[in-house]
Amino acid sequence: MTTTVAPLDVETIRKDFPILSRTVHGDRPLVYLDNAATSQKPRQVLDAIVRYYETSNANVHRGVHSLAEEATALYEGARDKVAAFVNAPSRDEVVFTKNSSEAMNLVARVLGEAGPGYRVGAGDEIVITEMEHHSNIVPWHQLAERTGATLKWFRITDEGRLDLSDLDSVITERTKIVSMVHVSNLLGTINPVERVIARAREVGALVLLDASQSVPHMPVDVAALGADFVAFTGHKMLGPTGIGVLWGRLPLLQELPPFLGGGEMIAAVTMERSTYAEPPHKFEAGTPPIAEAVGLGAAVDYLTAVGMPAIAAHEHGLTEYVLEALSSVEGVRIVGPPTAQDRVAEVSFTFGDIHPHDVGQLLDAQGVAVRVGHHCARPAVLRYGIPATTRASFYLYNTRAEVDALVAGLAQVRKVFG
Amino acid sequence: MNIESMYQEIILDHYKNPHGRGLRDPYDAESFQVNPTCGDEVTLRVAVEQDRIGDVSYEGQGCSISQASTSVLTDLVTGRSVDEALTTMDAFVEMVQGRGKVEPDEDVLEDGVAFAGVAKYPARVKCALLGWMAFKDAVSRVEGAAR
Repeated sequence: MTTTVAPLDVETIRKDFPILSRTVHGDRPLVYLDNAATSQKPRQVLDAIVRYYETSNANVHRGVHSLAEEATALYEGARDKVAAFVNAPSRDEVVFTKNSSEAMNLVARVLGEAGPGYRVGAGDEIVITEMEHHSNIVPWHQLAERTGATLKWFRITDEGRLDLSDLDSVITERTKIVSMVHVSNLLGTINPVERVIARAREVGALVLLDASQSVPHMPVDVAALGADFVAFTGHKMLGPTGIGVLWGRLPLLQELPPFLGGGEMIAAVTMERSTYAEPPHKFEAGTPPIAEAVGLGAAVDYLTAVGMPAIAAHEHGLTEYVLEALSSVEGVRIVGPPTAQDRVAEVSFTFGDIHPHDVGQLLDAQGVAVRVGHHCARPAVLRYGIPATTRASFYLYNTRAEVDALVAGLAQVRKVFG
Repeated sequence: MNIESMYQEIILDHYKNPHGRGLRDPYDAESFQVNPTCGDEVTLRVAVEQDRIGDVSYEGQGCSISQASTSVLTDLVTGRSVDEALTTMDAFVEMVQGRGKVEPDEDVLEDGVAFAGVAKYPARVKCALLGWMAFKDAVSRVEGAAR
């Protein structure tokens, strides 16, 4: 961190999250270390959703009554908040989706149906990486199957970094789209996306970033990043489930065909044909997730008030601490970069030959919630010659004492399995 | 509930010292089963001699629950008639899917009763059943071939 920021008042922050004071398995305090799967929600977000339903609930964009006006203002206000949060040049570049997966599926789908300029067809190449979440692999498999395009990918190194040694041969004049993860949900790696984007620019390829694990944890400026699309999801950034975001450059969103058809995404409909609305509504068919957008707006307000640089600094400190703590536990092998440089506070590891499911179950018995399995990134897990990992992932409300609880929990696991 | 009720000594013993492990010939049918949510897998072979379960052999990788329950399976079905083996399987399935409300019969399930605690952990029920699903599939293949 080059900027100096005041440390977070974590104890005060924790009081905003009702769930963090509950216990599990009787009287065990909850140690929630599964934030890469989903984050917990502060009272401010829960209140905003309840307040919306109690006072303003109506459908949006289609009523002249007071509630409809209020609901529309709240929904569109959430779009303004999200646009400001990621420094989008225009609010119309923020498309609300169901989640990151839907955002990426949207791009993959419309690129197969686009006009000649952007259309992905037979002979074209799609580039991803070996560290993608399944949500950034499967849609491209599907697009390749539909169109006859070819899928290529960057490999990853033993240390969990992207191997860009073949940058110029993987991304070529044939490449139409490069879709890659900004921060890996398995390895915690922050990828050097600017190098990939620069190469993509040279050959005229589009770039989609899966920012599901970056936008919640660090300042992200979509204008500065220089990608064409950025996808992220509300529930990993203190918001509710059911709402995600696709940011896209406006000229692209204007030119690309719509995704789903239905209400709200049209300009005019006759029995013979339909014409479509301008972005972002063009990509938001049907009644949108209104309360969810309101909740996401409140989450963005919360994160902004705490300060993303301060959150990133806090988590960087946790990353250093957990890496050091885990490397001192006999039998732990960290899967991912061994240092905190260009890395977030998500740590995957194996523990001797004890299966991650057993590790996770026995940690849970002590109140420590972690994720086990392949984390929807099976190719990357297999790359390391293992079937699964245990993953501890942190957020603004986590403390060093919780890292210590994880380490103590592992000692108990060792006891049971001897 | 206490986690020890799931990780019983019997289960850990079977996990650390599995019975009947290793794929062997001859066999009449083989089944490969995988749990897509966690990647646990087992390949299991069954030999059937005159309507009795002969050798049951297997290879697999996964958590203690999936591997130990397959080890227990070999003890419970080897040498039994096909009907008896399937009845035992039904009792095991009923127990682990019973959400802790099914009282297991130790005379039928022997070491298998150690898995009663798994029933209270819905995420792990599939682990306990992985080998049994392979057994069921393999037996039905043998019977299918016989018809």
